[in-house]
Amino acid sequence: MGTEKIIFYIFAFIVVFGATMVISVRNPVKAALYLVLTFFASAAIWLLLEAEFLAIVLVLVYVGAVMVLFVFVVMMLDINVARLKEGFIRYLPLGIGVAVLMAVMMIMVVGPEYFGLDKIAAPERHGADYNNIREIGGILYTVYVYPFEIAAVILLVAIVAAIVLTLRRRPNTRQQRPEEQIAVKRGERVRMVKMSAEERK
Amino acid sequence: MIEWIQSVFSILPEALQTLVVILLKIVAIVLPLMLCVAYLTYAERKIIGAMQVRLGPTRVGPRGLLQPIADAVKLMFKEIVIPAGANKLLFIIAPILSIGPALAAWAVIPFDVELVLADINAGLLYVLAVTSIGVYGVIIAGWASNSKYALLGTMRAAAQIVSYEIAMGFALVGVLMASGSLNLGEIVAAQSGSFFHWFWLPLLPLFFIYFISAVAETNRAPFDVAEGESELVAGFHVEYSGMVFAVFFLAEYANMILVSGLAVIMFLGGWLSPFQGLPQAVFSIPLLGAVLDNGIHWFLIKISVFLFLFLWFRATFPRYRYDQIMRLGWKVFIPVTIVWLLLLGVAVLAGLPPWFDAV
Amino acid sequence: MINFQLPDFSPALPEMFLLGMTCIVLIVDLFLNDRTRLVTYFLAQVALLGTLMITLNTVSLDVQTTFSGVFIRDPMSDVLKIAVYTAAFVTFLYAKDYLRDRGILKGEFYVLGLFGVLGMMVLISAHNFLTVYLGLELLSLSMYAMVALQRDSAVASEAAMKYFILGAIASGMLLYGMSIIYGITGSLDLSEMAAQISTQKSHILMAFGLVFMIVGIAFKLGAVPFHMWLPDVYHGAPTAVTLYIASAPKIAAFAMLMRLLIDGLYGMHEQWQGILIILAVLSMGVGNILAIAQTNIKRMLAYSTISHVGFLILGALTGTQNGFAASMFYTLSYVLMALGGFGMIILMSRKGFEADKLEDYKGLNQRSPWYALMMLILMFSMAGVPPFLGFWAKLAVLEEVVAAGHVWLAIVGVIFSIIGAFYYIRVVKLMYFDKADVSEPLSSSLDMRLMISLNSLAVLFLGIFPSGMLNMCLLSVPG
Repeated sequence: MGTEKIIFYIFAFIVVFGATMVISVRNPVKAALYLVLTFFASAAIWLLLEAEFLAIVLVLVYVGAVMVLFVFVVMMLDINVARLKEGFIRYLPLGIGVAVLMAVMMIMVVGPEYFGLDKIAAPERHGADYNNIREIGGILYTVYVYPFEIAAVILLVAIVAAIVLTLRRRPNTRQQRPEEQIAVKRGERVRMVKMSAEERK
Repeated sequence: MIEWIQSVFSILPEALQTLVVILLKIVAIVLPLMLCVAYLTYAERKIIGAMQVRLGPTRVGPRGLLQPIADAVKLMFKEIVIPAGANKLLFIIAPILSIGPALAAWAVIPFDVELVLADINAGLLYVLAVTSIGVYGVIIAGWASNSKYALLGTMRAAAQIVSYEIAMGFALVGVLMASGSLNLGEIVAAQSGSFFHWFWLPLLPLFFIYFISAVAETNRAPFDVAEGESELVAGFHVEYSGMVFAVFFLAEYANMILVSGLAVIMFLGGWLSPFQGLPQAVFSIPLLGAVLDNGIHWFLIKISVFLFLFLWFRATFPRYRYDQIMRLGWKVFIPVTIVWLLLLGVAVLAGLPPWFDAV
Repeated sequence: MINFQLPDFSPALPEMFLLGMTCIVLIVDLFLNDRTRLVTYFLAQVALLGTLMITLNTVSLDVQTTFSGVFIRDPMSDVLKIAVYTAAFVTFLYAKDYLRDRGILKGEFYVLGLFGVLGMMVLISAHNFLTVYLGLELLSLSMYAMVALQRDSAVASEAAMKYFILGAIASGMLLYGMSIIYGITGSLDLSEMAAQISTQKSHILMAFGLVFMIVGIAFKLGAVPFHMWLPDVYHGAPTAVTLYIASAPKIAAFAMLMRLLIDGLYGMHEQWQGILIILAVLSMGVGNILAIAQTNIKRMLAYSTISHVGFLILGALTGTQNGFAASMFYTLSYVLMALGGFGMIILMSRKGFEADKLEDYKGLNQRSPWYALMMLILMFSMAGVPPFLGFWAKLAVLEEVVAAGHVWLAIVGVIFSIIGAFYYIRVVKLMYFDKADVSEPLSSSLDMRLMISLNSLAVLFLGIFPSGMLNMCLLSVPG
């Protein structure tokens, strides 16, 4: 248990540190990269819980795909941080109020009195041959098949929506049409002109 | 001497012992890998030279054999120039993020039946996840350099890698369906039988798509628009010099070897011998039998074939245009993989022999 | 391996049919051009009719759950689903000409509309937090995209952004509340949750979760103070989309209220009643008073929607079976009236003229006495003038509120209704007593004119004979 605890605290610290940096650094690209760090460390914590499938998928989907596109977009935007900071002082009291309220509530909801090994039994340890990918697949396609299918439909709607909102023929853009370029005839481009030789001046 | 080491080792606490063993294993993988990378660059220059009727390197050492070493030494002593206005920390981190995943993925690659560093049951997913991180090296390098060429290269690379990862992932799903396991060792084991039992045959379109996507993922010709010398000078690593440039270089070649290795494991039966299925008597012939039998040498030979393909592509194909790359990835590869996955599902359900009748 | 029995698919047959048909519409639409686009429309209508037939054929009075208890089919779900199909059918019919004239008749309108209907069906049949949330998201996502469908319109894009961002925050609130309640009860299943709540002492944290969930529901319904999006979205979206948003989704939102607060958290009736009273009074007040100040009829109807939502909540907060039935009756009546109201705007409009100002209705009686009469029926019904449907709906709700002992609430409701009557009757005054600026008669296709007339006459007819619909609501609401 000893090493596991140390590893947990190391990664938990990285998660909290990364999350804090995400909202406090000035540079949006750096903020996005700290978010990547946070995801990575949370994946490690999931590994400690023997949820290797979720851990790897978190890295694969969030770090490997979602955040790449996110960083991609953030890099192209030139975000004016100074303008974002306008009104910071004015809204600070309200912000602090909400934050304190949330903190109090979080402490009440997930406070220490609800947790501990005496309240919730430690999860069963499985052997090395235990395959939780198989388990998740099993339950996802049987017990939760209906929500799973609905989630798939939601993704389909998202695809349809994204395409209908972005795909459009813009009449002003100029595109290369290779088939027309290849089919072009000499007569269309070159005009042979016959003229008599002129005298040099 | 050996006894002394053993006695020191046994004094260590158990956790530390495991750590030492793992570290030694890592060294045992990484050192030969780095050597391979070095001589891959030599092979590249020689092979492309031969294809273009040139000689390639000849001066350093016999037949130019010491050329990679000389290059490495040269790069090590060059100054690392950090451009003005660059983000220093990220500028240095970028090459590390590039090579880290390329090496980390080797942890789950099985070289032979029991010869693997970490035999985890989600090996395929792990490889996919780890290699997907590599793109951060390219992105951060381009952004931190504070250079327009680097940034343009980065934009191209990021879009390209993300696009091809989808096709690659689908191809891997096909392998997963065919073998019924995510463990790379079991995937190889599922292909045993003969040359025609390997998955290249039932998954032929996926095999091609995987390998072409792999070329695109590693930013190699003809998909090297991210570097595109004639357009972007050198793309994302234009501002890098000396050892940091060398690290990018190492990462690219290590990735080439990695994706070749994965292609071998998933489609060409890893360490399995193509002569499997011959009568037992053949394998009992001394020496020749051992060569013909399954073993790590087959794995290495198959990888070399793929690496040769990489070099061959570079020597022969002109660079793809950017929009054509995107079209190929999204409009050709992804639909083909989806259709093939459907067919594959039917085949697996029907237990099509000789591949899917075991389960 | 998990010991698994194949679930009974038959209760979910309408959903499965609709999903299949929607995918067919999506694919068929790819091969159509703008001239043959009407095929998509007909296919979409066939999909709705087919789903209706299947639902009617398999209707039963028993309560069935399937898919490991995440899906429920009871009489209430059947009635609400049939109402949803009808509303969507009428919406598609009204929308067709409007979209064609403005060059946004795309297959995606119908595909997204059908997916939205599917989302509503999932929400209506939800018996688990997961399905409630997924159904809601399916519905909302379709609606966000539909609002933005007219890409070149800045108002529509702004409306879509506002809707999307506020909607995402509301979904987040709902999820947060759900996760707190899940943490305490340890179950996502609504009936299991109800059992847990009835046995254990009420927990302070449950109240926290409840508040967040009600915020989510109130947002989707458009109750004050979570109504900010509603006027902007109704105003900014193309009228055909406004018609869609204003009608069928309200039925689904009512179903969500019923499923979460009655099926799941009925044990906390005392806690949620107080919150709902505030929401109801504020909605009726703000909706009716701000509607007076509007000059745009779409905005006016948006504020009127808010006030109707107040009434709807009023019925539900009684916590009695009759109260829920009255609330359901109110929802169905409102949807019928909203269809007619926004349908009239579409009828009046033509290319380049949206007919969304109040003054556009001046002297309608001279131009077309018949449609002026239809509009009169709709406006009187919304105002709650007897003998139209809206009157009985208001009466049913107020009766139940008084029966539950909240006399003062009923009085507040009546006062706000009288205030609200002002702006409905103003429309009538404009139509009958002002002179028209233009004199040309209305022009629109035959099916549109027929359906509008049918719609308004239904309001009149059901107003004269309200008992059938009321009884149906009473019978179908779970006890």
